[in-house]
Amino acid sequence: MSAGVSSLPQTAPGSGAPLLEVRGVAKRFGAREVLKSISLDITAGEFLTLLGESGSGKTTLLRLIAGFEQPTAGEIRMAGERLDTLPPYKRRVNTVFQHYALFPHLDVRDNVAYGLRAKNTPKSEIGGRVDEALRMVKMSEYAAAWPSKLSGGQQQRVALARALVNRPQLLLLDEPLSALDANLRKQMQGELKALQREVGITFLFVTHDQEEAMALSDRIALLRDGALEQVASPREIYVRPATAYTAQFIGQTNLLHGEVRGGVASCGALRWPVSVSDGPALFSLRPEAIPLAADGAAPPDAVHFHGVIRQQIYGGSSELLEVDCGNNQFLRVRIPACGPLSGQHEFVFSAADAIRVRE
Amino acid sequence: MYSRTYKAIVSAPPLLWVGFFLLLPYALMFAHSFWAVRDGMLVNEWNLRNYQTLLSNPVYVGVLFRTMRIAASVTLFSLLLGYPLAYYLSFHAGPRKELLYQLVIVPLWVSYLVRGYAWKTILGSDGVLNGFLQYLHISHEPVGYLLYSPFAVVLMLTHIYTPFVFLPIYAALEHIPRPLVEASQDLGASPRATFFRVILPLSMPGLLAGATFAFVLSLGDFLAPLLVGGPSGTMIANIVQSLFGAAYDWPLGASISVCILIITVSLLFMTERLEKRWSFK
Repeated sequence: MSAGVSSLPQTAPGSGAPLLEVRGVAKRFGAREVLKSISLDITAGEFLTLLGESGSGKTTLLRLIAGFEQPTAGEIRMAGERLDTLPPYKRRVNTVFQHYALFPHLDVRDNVAYGLRAKNTPKSEIGGRVDEALRMVKMSEYAAAWPSKLSGGQQQRVALARALVNRPQLLLLDEPLSALDANLRKQMQGELKALQREVGITFLFVTHDQEEAMALSDRIALLRDGALEQVASPREIYVRPATAYTAQFIGQTNLLHGEVRGGVASCGALRWPVSVSDGPALFSLRPEAIPLAADGAAPPDAVHFHGVIRQQIYGGSSELLEVDCGNNQFLRVRIPACGPLSGQHEFVFSAADAIRVRE
Repeated sequence: MYSRTYKAIVSAPPLLWVGFFLLLPYALMFAHSFWAVRDGMLVNEWNLRNYQTLLSNPVYVGVLFRTMRIAASVTLFSLLLGYPLAYYLSFHAGPRKELLYQLVIVPLWVSYLVRGYAWKTILGSDGVLNGFLQYLHISHEPVGYLLYSPFAVVLMLTHIYTPFVFLPIYAALEHIPRPLVEASQDLGASPRATFFRVILPLSMPGLLAGATFAFVLSLGDFLAPLLVGGPSGTMIANIVQSLFGAAYDWPLGASISVCILIITVSLLFMTERLEKRWSFK
């Protein structure tokens, strides 16, 4: 299914030695193999998201890095030193939990100060650092409040402050926004991204929401059934998906099962030039890459085809069309909002937009 | 919602029960403590002599303090045994948790009296424990104070009440969300620090409930001292029993009972206040 490390496109945003190295890490729970030999580098200062469905192993990988589980194989290194042999309380890593895990018997200030006190930070220093952390998450007025009296979003900020105050080398965030409502979530996404830029700490973020991943990350590591499917920047992963799974998981696409003969790929009624050797090949064509011919687009490698509009879904700024190209071939097409359409229309796409994908 | 008649009818039985079997006997007991016995007959002569006797007689005062010491010891040892057991079961037992829990509960099915007699057998001069100690050459003749002593009473009552102390502590520990423990370690606290900073404080209500249970019940226990206490292990409840029995001085017995009641109620009042203060979440 997923190929080895060397064939995965890994585009690093910065330079220098990686902060975190995951080498051949595997995790098995009884008979179940949850992670199957993961290798990944995380650069200092980057915002990396582990993206995947439930059961893909993303949370398990996060927990392995945090220290709450032990890998059944492989090793993890931070700044060159072995990390997986250390207990969680000795790692320069802090976690923001999905349901916040604030201590109910401590007020906000004591919650935030917990890590500092646990490591015997001098008392004179604690006050200032706690205040600074609360200011960063905009919770300064709530220093004396009790966690049970705070809303979800407020608890989330306190949890963030509690982690950041320790100035960890790596911050782990386990689906921290999934328990918030949609509007608050969008707001927090923006704040989180700004905070990461301001503080410069490396963030390892886990989510199943691909839009969230695209919005926040410098790089996305897509996990599928315990293996890395693709690791790349959001733009790279969207424009150049490596596999059919990636193309379908992130954004929408049309999967064209084509047959290549003499430099031409054919799939149903469509024919377009490719530089691929003969044989079956799979292509991904994004709906927004197929404008109406009437709208005037005419790239040099344009491919034209006709289709009947069977369904039109209005999306505010765009229309999502289901186009019947004949011979039981249907394509999804996204065009700018234009009012109701019907009947047969001519569509066009650039051959370069049909990306070859694996499996 | 519910009519007043309905509410009156539904609450009548428990109120009558409590009134008739709890409040009325308390009232009678309270009244009796101010009466006297003359020529072997109970007379309704209101006086404070019973309380004077109780407080000035060194025997009664001594036994009362011994009883409180025994109750405190039982509470302490039950906590020292029960808390680690509950902690181990809750946090480290894994898949065998259910089985071990049943093993802790099962001894409660055995009658209290039977267990008392078992201790008599174990601790006696010809008993198993003495035999064992002599076999190991730790002692060369039967150790006398094992049986018929405060030691035996504390031992037996600790044995009886450890499961009762274990239960609320285990329940409290089970209620502690595991992410809190992970969060604590994630923030740099060792397992030991996590215990004292997070687990222990959050288990306080359970600990208080268990401790109160052990103390209050040990305070009023008369069976353990009767079986294994001997003269040096007599507790206040035995005194009360004889005063209501062979010694026939109900008023004095009642006054001692009122004393024990006041101690118990004060204690329950205090622990309830503490429990409220220490129960967040």
